[in-house]
Amino acid sequence: MSETGQQLRNKDIVGIKDLSCDEIELILNTAVGFRDVLRRDIKKVPTLRGKTVVNLFFEPSTRTRTSFELAAKRLSTDVINFSVSASSMVKGESLIDTAMTIQALGADIVIIRHSSSGVPHLLARHLNASVINAGDGINEHPTQALLDAFTIMEKYSRIKGLKIAIVGDILHSRVAKSNIYCLRTLGAEVRLIGPPTLIPEGLIDPDIEIFHSMEEGLRDIDVVMMLRIQMERQDRGFFPTTDEYFRFWGLTLERLSLARPGAMVMHPGPMNRGIEIVSAVADSPQSVILEQVTNGIAARMAVLYLLSGRRG
Amino acid sequence: MMRKDLNLIIRNGHVIDPSQGIDGKGALLVEGGKIKEVFQDSGFGIQADSTYEIIDAGGLYVLPGLVDMHVHLREPGYEYKETIKTGTMAAVRGGFTSVCCMPNTKPVNDNETVTEFILRKAYAEGACYVYTIGAITKGQKGEELAEMGMMREAGCVAFSDDGLPVMNSLLMRRALEYSKVFGVTIISHAEDLNLSSGGVMNEGPLSLRLGLRGIPVEAEVIAIKRDIELAALTGGRLHIAHVSTAGGVRAIREAKRDGIEVTAEPVRITLPLQRKQYVITIPMQR
Repeated sequence: MSETGQQLRNKDIVGIKDLSCDEIELILNTAVGFRDVLRRDIKKVPTLRGKTVVNLFFEPSTRTRTSFELAAKRLSTDVINFSVSASSMVKGESLIDTAMTIQALGADIVIIRHSSSGVPHLLARHLNASVINAGDGINEHPTQALLDAFTIMEKYSRIKGLKIAIVGDILHSRVAKSNIYCLRTLGAEVRLIGPPTLIPEGLIDPDIEIFHSMEEGLRDIDVVMMLRIQMERQDRGFFPTTDEYFRFWGLTLERLSLARPGAMVMHPGPMNRGIEIVSAVADSPQSVILEQVTNGIAARMAVLYLLSGRRG
Repeated sequence: MMRKDLNLIIRNGHVIDPSQGIDGKGALLVEGGKIKEVFQDSGFGIQADSTYEIIDAGGLYVLPGLVDMHVHLREPGYEYKETIKTGTMAAVRGGFTSVCCMPNTKPVNDNETVTEFILRKAYAEGACYVYTIGAITKGQKGEELAEMGMMREAGCVAFSDDGLPVMNSLLMRRALEYSKVFGVTIISHAEDLNLSSGGVMNEGPLSLRLGLRGIPVEAEVIAIKRDIELAALTGGRLHIAHVSTAGGVRAIREAKRDGIEVTAEPVRITLPLQRKQYVITIPMQR
């Protein structure tokens, strides 16, 4: 699928920050082929038979882990799910020891999610296996950004020049950060919308436009990317109540009508209906939320394929 | 509140209007409830028919309606102390045509329902314009932000936990940040409650002699300095209520010089009492 023989420069994908525009495009182009595979009756190719992929998740996750697992299985790899509660970590084994053990078991690719930013980077330095970041703290979630870019490409056939609004908790969202890097590298015009408590002005690139008002920020937008309000977050108090959040930053049909006609609505899931988005929008024809889920498998297959191919 | 049928001449008074730089002998001509003209003489020559009421303000000052941005109307909940009606009548008696009422009512004005109640009552019974100040935190407890956006939409013009500081610096940071969405000022009751704990007057030889627990000036100065730092960090608009310390004034002056968005008010009731020490709710400081 990478007929051109192009390759990724590094053995790992720990962040979009480290990827060039060419590399991102290579992944997106490769994903097109896998999306076609997923549309066949038999959704499986023998491409990576004999390779071993380990899902090493230190944070609860259903959709991302399942998506990676399915992507790996569609490529005919052997997949092991290694969840923290069942591991030696509870017995006091260090993070690096755990990862080294997994490598010694023969893993070619380790997919890691951790609540601390930088853990995938640390393991990438210690392991010969490829490391894929499936979300680290509040830093990055690169495959989510890749699948989002892929989904946008499917509809618009381009990203350059599109106006894309990311709405909500930018401060804590690794999805938002990876998307900002990815979309800007690909030439989109990115703007952020939300309360100032969740968009730290001084910390954001000065040429990214920040809006505190949905009514102003959504004007002429091609793509609205909603973020999940993380209600389980311990450190609360970024806004008074979910009622007030909805009143000012919830995506309603009225607000969506301010964007370009037919603007695309995205959400990485899981959604809080009635808090950041109303059902009428989430279930509207403009919503691509379920396409995102499907495309996630194709994008992750592309990443697994390219990282394996790299070492022949 | 405006009487559209009012025709009035106020003459022979001392007119003060800082907005126009007027401060001297003058007269006012009011037609249909609106000031039509301000004269810079005694105004005895103004021609008017019998529909005009005439007030001789000889020996009196004539001022624009004053605004008191810090009052307590106590309603709802403490009607035995004051009501919206009595409070606004007192305001008008003193020349105040607009008042901003603090949220320490019962229940606390920390949601749009209370705000709407006060404004509806003020519209029906008030003697002057009433603007509401909402609470920064729910129940003024200093724990969680109140619904400032909804209260702003209901009519609140500023936010304060007056009577209490927001002791939690993180929460105060959030309040200043969040208030920027709605362009409203955060009014701070600047007091470090741990430093002032149990105190009833200025800490010094007098408090010792009287056997009363004192409050060090630092209780206020530290709180003011913290709030100024947070205003600088967030770019939020800060107002310090009832400043009573020289150190506080110095800190505010310096912050203004540095371009930080901060304003302040003195403790008005203590202004005539300078250099003396009295025991009041907000102890006199040096």
